[in-house]
Amino acid sequence: MIITVAGEKKEFEDGLSVSKLIEIEQVETPQYVTVSVNEEFIDQEDFETYILMDNDEVEFLYFMGGGR
Amino acid sequence: MKITIKESDYKKILEHALKERPNEACGLIGGNDEDDVRVIKEVYLLTNIDHTNEHFSIDPREQLSAIKDMRSKGYKPLGNWHSHPESPSRPSEEDKRLANDSSASYLILSLEKEDEPVLNAFHVEGPDGERTVRKEDLEIV
Repeated sequence: MIITVAGEKKEFEDGLSVSKLIEIEQVETPQYVTVSVNEEFIDQEDFETYILMDNDEVEFLYFMGGGR
Repeated sequence: MKITIKESDYKKILEHALKERPNEACGLIGGNDEDDVRVIKEVYLLTNIDHTNEHFSIDPREQLSAIKDMRSKGYKPLGNWHSHPESPSRPSEEDKRLANDSSASYLILSLEKEDEPVLNAFHVEGPDGERTVRKEDLEIV
């Protein structure tokens, strides 16, 4: 199946979970990453069970914050 | 690394940061790496969902929209900017702790001295608790 990751189309095997995609894509500090699939945000607790489908569009967003 | 920002974009974030005082203001920067120069082509003024003078968190929905806009223009996300209304232009301990993208440039605009705003860019890397900070060579062009 084809999934668009951060704007780039890539081929993956069926049954791919969000957490597996994070592993494959070697996302740095995944605990601080928000994931959207087709512009819907996925809860971190669902990363293991959320299975991606053909033509999904995935974005990894680093939490951006700080303080004085 | 050298990093450039257009004067018009600098003024854009300065005006926004002044308007948002006493709260911290924040946003993203997009552009391209051209040879050894990181060129900021567009700045995004986004919502600080913390709405305080002590913290900022960028609205993730606005973050997503900004990233898609960058991509549509051929830019890539280069990092973020935020203001320090009452403190110097350097990463605080919290800024360092939350600087999770080692490829990003972090711009900090200090409004500590009302008539002397200071904008600096920083690179932050290393594991949590052992972060190292390097000031980047920022030029307003």
